[in-house]
Amino acid sequence: MAEFKHKHIIALRDLSKDDIELLISTAENMREINSREIKKVPTLRGKTIINLFYEASTRTRTSFEIAGKRLSADTVNITPSISSATKGETLADTALNLLAMKPDIIVMRHAVSGAHYFLANKINCSIINAGDGAHEHPSQGLLDLLTMKDHFGRLDGLKVAIVGDITHSRVARSNIQGLTKLGSSVYLAGPPTMVPPGVEKLGNVTVCTTMNEALLDADVVMMLRIQQERQGKTLMPNAREYSRYFGLNPANLKLAKPNAIVMHPGPINRGVEMSSSTVDCAQSRVMKQVENGVAVRMAMLYHVCGGELE
Amino acid sequence: MNLLIKNGRVIDPSQKIDDTLDVLVENGLVKEIGKGLAAPAGVETIDAAGTYVVPGLIDMHVHLRDPGLEYKEDIISGTKAAAAGGFTSVCCMPNTKPVTDNKTVASYIINKAKAEGFCNVFPVGSITYGLSGERMAEMGELKESGCVAVSDDGKPVDNSELMMRSLQYAAGIGIMVISHAEELELVGDGVMNEGFTSTELGLKGIPRVAEDIATARETMLAEYAGVPIHIAHVSTKGSVRIIREAKARGVKVTCETAPHYFSLTDDAVRGYNTSAKMNPPLREAEDVAAIKEGLNDGTIDAIATDHAPHHQDEKDVEFNVAMNGIIGLETSLPLSLVLVDEGVLTLKQLIEKMSCNPSDILGLNRATLRTGAIADITLIDPKLEWIVEADKLASKSKNSPWLGKKMKGAAVATIVGGKLVFKR
Repeated sequence: MAEFKHKHIIALRDLSKDDIELLISTAENMREINSREIKKVPTLRGKTIINLFYEASTRTRTSFEIAGKRLSADTVNITPSISSATKGETLADTALNLLAMKPDIIVMRHAVSGAHYFLANKINCSIINAGDGAHEHPSQGLLDLLTMKDHFGRLDGLKVAIVGDITHSRVARSNIQGLTKLGSSVYLAGPPTMVPPGVEKLGNVTVCTTMNEALLDADVVMMLRIQQERQGKTLMPNAREYSRYFGLNPANLKLAKPNAIVMHPGPINRGVEMSSSTVDCAQSRVMKQVENGVAVRMAMLYHVCGGELE
Repeated sequence: MNLLIKNGRVIDPSQKIDDTLDVLVENGLVKEIGKGLAAPAGVETIDAAGTYVVPGLIDMHVHLRDPGLEYKEDIISGTKAAAAGGFTSVCCMPNTKPVTDNKTVASYIINKAKAEGFCNVFPVGSITYGLSGERMAEMGELKESGCVAVSDDGKPVDNSELMMRSLQYAAGIGIMVISHAEELELVGDGVMNEGFTSTELGLKGIPRVAEDIATARETMLAEYAGVPIHIAHVSTKGSVRIIREAKARGVKVTCETAPHYFSLTDDAVRGYNTSAKMNPPLREAEDVAAIKEGLNDGTIDAIATDHAPHHQDEKDVEFNVAMNGIIGLETSLPLSLVLVDEGVLTLKQLIEKMSCNPSDILGLNRATLRTGAIADITLIDPKLEWIVEADKLASKSKNSPWLGKKMKGAAVATIVGGKLVFKR
C-alpha cells in the first residue's frame, strides 16, 4: 500500500493523486467504525488534538472532534476569537503556547489564506487545515470526492459543475485541485464579479457564462453558499436576483444527467442558492457529505500521525 | 579631507563626460577633473581603476522612520544604509510620528541628519495636515524649513478638489507634489496584485486599474491646472502608458519606479512571502516589461527605492496582517545595473535616473561633478559579486526579498560633501 509522507495536510494542491486516493480509501475503511455499535477504536490513543478555530464553524469543528474521539485521541477545542486573540496575542504566540502543551496535531481554521504555512514554519506538530481564507478547505474537498465516488464508483471522467461565489470559495479551490488530479473536469458558473481572474488555469477548469451551460450533462452539481453579507454591496444586487440566475431549482437541475447528484458544503441558504426542493430531493447528497466528513477526517488524522495502528 | 580619485571611468551626464579621468576634491568641493592630475600635498589618493566614478546617487523616495518609529529605522541607520548603497542623498517621506507637516519635525530631521547622518537628507513634507487628506499643510513654511517636496505618500489625496488645489498652491510656492496614485475603493482590503497568483493563493487582489485610474486623475489635474506633478512608485503598464501619453501632450508630469517593480513579479508572493508584500503590489510579467520600456524611452524619469523598513514582528506574521513594504537602499544599485546588462538602459541613462533626474525634479542642485560643485560622488564596481546577508545590512530592518541572493555590482566608496562616508 502507498505510504503517506506528509506531516501536514494544508492543501490538496500539495498532495499527489496517490495521496488523495490513499486518504479516500482509508476514509472508506473508517466508515465501518462509524457504523459499529461502539464507535471507537484505540488507533490514536494517547494522541492530543487541538481544534483551533479562528472562524465560526459548527459542522467542520464538530466533525473533526468526533473523528478524533472515534480514534480515541484526546481532543480540545479552542475558539481564540473569544480568548487570547482579543487580548492581542499573535497567531504564532498562541500556537507556541499550545505547542508547549505537546499536542500531536493542531487542526486550524483561520481567516487568512496561507496562515497554516506560516504556522508550519514555526511549530513541529502536524497541522491540518480546516479552512484558510479563500485558499483551501482540504477536508471538505476530500469528503466531496468520497461522496462522488460513493455514487459513481470512480473519480475520473466526471463533469462537475460548481456554481456560486468562486472568488471567495476555498471549497471550490480544493475541489478544483482534487478533481483535476483525479481526472475529472470542473465547470464553473457565477456572476462575473465572483469568478476570479485566471481560475481556468488552476486545473481542468472551464468557466461558463451561464449556469445552464455548467449544468448541462453534469454528473455532479455543487452549489456554493452565497454570503448573505455580500448582498447590496458591490458584487451583486440582492439574493432575489442572485437566485434568479444562479439558484438551483427542479427545472434547471433537469439539465444535468439523470443520475446526477447535488451537493452543497453547507450551511445552505434555502431559497437562495438552492430551492428547498432541490436540497431535499433524491439526488441530494448533502447529508451524505456531512456523514462522509467524519470518515475523511478520521483518515486525515490517522495519516498525519504516521498511519500506524496501535 | 582632500581626495584625489585616480583613473576611474568618470560618467557625468551633466557635463556629457564619459572618460577615464581623475577627480580632485578639495574642501568638500570638486576642484578639478582631468587626466593625470598630480596629488597635492596632504591629499589622500583613491585608486578608482575599474570603477565608475559618478555624481552621488540620489534616492528620492525613502522612509527613515525617524521621528517616532525608530524601532524600524532611524536617521543614522537609514543614512548608513544609503551610503552603503552608494547614495549621497535621500529624500524621506513624511509618514513619521509625528507627521512631517510642520517646521519642527522638518528641522529635527535636517539637524539630526547633519549632526549624525552619513548622507544628505532632504525631507519631504506632507500635502495635508497629519496625512489626513482633509486640509493643506503649511507648504510655504515646509519649504522654508528645508522640505524639497510634499507628499501624502502611503495614501492618495482622495479628494480631487483638494488635490488640484494643492497642486496649484504648491506650484505657486515652487515645491513639487509627489503623488501616491491609488484609488482606495478599488484597493479595498486587497493584499497583492489581482491576477492568477492571487486566485491560486486565495488572497484578495488589488487590480491594476486602482493605480491606473489614480495616475490618470493626477495627470489630468496637472494638465488642467498647468502645473507639475511627480508620480511615485509606478508599477503598472497602464500607468506607464498614461504618463507617456501625458508627457507627449506636454503635461508637466514626472515619475519614478522602484527596483522591485522591474525585478520581480507577483510570483514572488508564492509561499505567502511577506517580504514580497508592498503597496503598490508586485505586478505581472507584462507590467515588468512595460516598466522597462518606460525606463528605456524616458517615460519613467527616476529609480527610487521606496525603502520601507519594518520590524521582524511586523513581517513574520500571517500574510494579510503583514505590513507593506521592503527595504531597498542597499540592493537598488546592483538591481538597477542589471538594466544596463540587459540593454534596457545605457550607463548614462542609469546615472540620470539614479542621480541627475531626481536632483532636477526636486531642484536639489546636486548630481554634477562640475568644478565648484559640492563633492557628492559615488564609486561603483560593476563587477563585484556579493550575497545579501541580513546581518551585514546597515539598515535596522531586514525585510528584503533578496536575502541570500547574489548581487553583481556595488558602491565601493561613497563621498558626501568631500568626505568619505562609506568604503567597501
